Amino acid sequence: MTTMHPDESAARRLAGLANGELPTYPVAPGTGDGSLVDDPAVRAPLVLNNRSFHDITEIVCGYAEKPPGKWWLPLFGLSFTIAQVGALFILYLIITGIGAWGMNNQVDWAWDITNFVFWIGIGHAGTLISAILCLLKQKWRTAVNRSAEAMTIFAVICAATFPGIHIGRQWMAWFLLPIPNSNAIWPNFKSPLLWDVFAVSTYGTVSLLFWYMGMIPDFATLRDRADLRLRRNAEGPRVFPFLALRTDTVRAYVYGFLAMGWRFSSRHWHRYEVAYLVLAGISTPLVLSVHSIVSFDFATSILPGWHTTIFPPYFVAGAIFGGFAMVLLLLIPARELFPNMKDLITLRHIENMAKIILATGMIVGFAYSMEFFIAWYSGNEYESFLFTHVRAQGPYAWAYWTMIFCNVVSPQVFWIRFCRQSPLIVFIISILVTIGMWFERFVIIVTSLHRAFLPAEWSMFWPTPVDIGIFVGSCGIFLTLFLLFLRFLPVFAMAEVKAVLPQASPHHPHDHAKGGH
Amino acid sequence: MAKQRKVYVTESGENVYGVIAEFATAADVYHAAEKVRDAGYSQWDVYAPFPIHGIDEAMGQKRTKLPLACAAIGLTGAGLGFLMQYWMSGVDYQLVVQGKPYGPWEPFVPITFELGILFTAFSALICMLAFNGLPRHNHPLLSKERFLAVSDDTLAICIESADDKFDPDQTRAMLERLGGRNIDLVEGD
Repeated sequence: MTTMHPDESAARRLAGLANGELPTYPVAPGTGDGSLVDDPAVRAPLVLNNRSFHDITEIVCGYAEKPPGKWWLPLFGLSFTIAQVGALFILYLIITGIGAWGMNNQVDWAWDITNFVFWIGIGHAGTLISAILCLLKQKWRTAVNRSAEAMTIFAVICAATFPGIHIGRQWMAWFLLPIPNSNAIWPNFKSPLLWDVFAVSTYGTVSLLFWYMGMIPDFATLRDRADLRLRRNAEGPRVFPFLALRTDTVRAYVYGFLAMGWRFSSRHWHRYEVAYLVLAGISTPLVLSVHSIVSFDFATSILPGWHTTIFPPYFVAGAIFGGFAMVLLLLIPARELFPNMKDLITLRHIENMAKIILATGMIVGFAYSMEFFIAWYSGNEYESFLFTHVRAQGPYAWAYWTMIFCNVVSPQVFWIRFCRQSPLIVFIISILVTIGMWFERFVIIVTSLHRAFLPAEWSMFWPTPVDIGIFVGSCGIFLTLFLLFLRFLPVFAMAEVKAVLPQASPHHPHDHAKGGH
Repeated sequence: MAKQRKVYVTESGENVYGVIAEFATAADVYHAAEKVRDAGYSQWDVYAPFPIHGIDEAMGQKRTKLPLACAAIGLTGAGLGFLMQYWMSGVDYQLVVQGKPYGPWEPFVPITFELGILFTAFSALICMLAFNGLPRHNHPLLSKERFLAVSDDTLAICIESADDKFDPDQTRAMLERLGGRNIDLVEGD
């Protein structure tokens, strides 16, 4: 049934290889795991160890079908607990009022909006990988797009929580929507805050559709595997020992429902690929618009430090910068913890993402210096006071310099090839970048507000336990959702990974199944 | 006058859906598809766990009109989005906000854009499913145990009995000539 040539399967049997086990191939020296080939005449492999189509299916479906490693349950328990504690803090906030946060009349946006912009920005890397890299025909994206898109959706969920609870009377949240109410009044469409409602909800919805559509063929694979096991074996593992319900029955129904009857027809694939391209095409301007509109929340005001035209591109670059750091934060541990994941997420993937972090980090650094330049060049005394006296040396200067160190200085190590290719160093820099990007939003929001035009408006913001609890809780929600994704959904776009294997090409020479070179 | 479709029945009395053959490599199935196309079949399909590059041309499949449908629905969404904003703030309940006009077009651009994107995204998914005849609960092919391996690593061609040129023996012989393996009848409608 496999596409393996009979001679090859005989050779494997003689070599004593178990079903699915693969011989290790010699790796050229200086190419890391074999994916870091510098020779332009050699096309670096996207998937290592000459994996066959069947290997890909086994590896990826194995994550969803086999019990996870011993690490999964404790980690899930911990993050789920954190998420629940965060939910309790949110409940406390709703009962008490947003005075439970450390904000005051002067600094009336603080951690809530910081966290909102932080999370929504993280999502942008997922859309960049799934949409922009798709349009640019970057084949390496196939290994990371599914998990990056999942990250996008979970980040949008975390992000949407914050403005939702920040509005004060949370039970009035439906006032944000253009629905008729007893006041007969409509929302103010001239306000960037309302644009934001539409931008973020559209972004979340479109990301979900894109993610789901990508998973339809993979759901069909999981469905068919469960179906096959049900047909072949009369007995199998049960959901609960006392219940006569087989796990595979549940899988066949749930994955089968989600697969929408997909049957891998090439006529279907044709329309599917066109629809995928349409989604990639519209997601590209969408992702650029979302963070631009988020930046309008600030840029359309008259506050020094907010009222700048550089904000939209600066926010978008920062979002991609921070988002890629989060992708790496999630995937570098995942490829250590899951069996065979290193064959799919290679060192080249990590290096490519490190390069994107370096490039976008430079854009962000340029934007920081441009803010200073324009503050001086505009001759606006409030603007230049803010930058020279408040951000760089005011009471929050430590936050500003943390941001500069994390976002501008630390990614510079990626100029060195060794640092880009070392997962540990990339992981450490990703942590720093994530911290730096959180501080960037904090600096923008709080430092501008705490030194507004009149000294009477000057104040300080310090977080309360509720601030901290809800932020940490949002990290718990994010990690909980991501761990569930790793456990139950196809973590890789199997069909797309198979399509970039050498043997998937119809013009590939007739060496059966295994992609020889 | 619709042509009378010939119905083939197996010995056990079930209708024949078609003949299926498996192929070893993507190149094999690609070349076989070109031959089936040239033989003049129209009701047939290539089944593969991934989209094979260029298979639509090898099958003689016309490019789908899906992007046109998406564009039409997307532009409708954008238009409705603009009209919604104009009517709500310029007509139904005029409100002075910072001394600005009631119904200017400029501040309506972002939401018009977002709603255009939203409608396009829904139309892309829904049109893809609808044009493909999905969702559907079951299919004769999915009842065949061997066929389920297509979602793993098997490549196959199925020529349907609904095709005018379909003949149980000749079609089978052609698939055999093209290098098809494990050729089998598929029962069901």
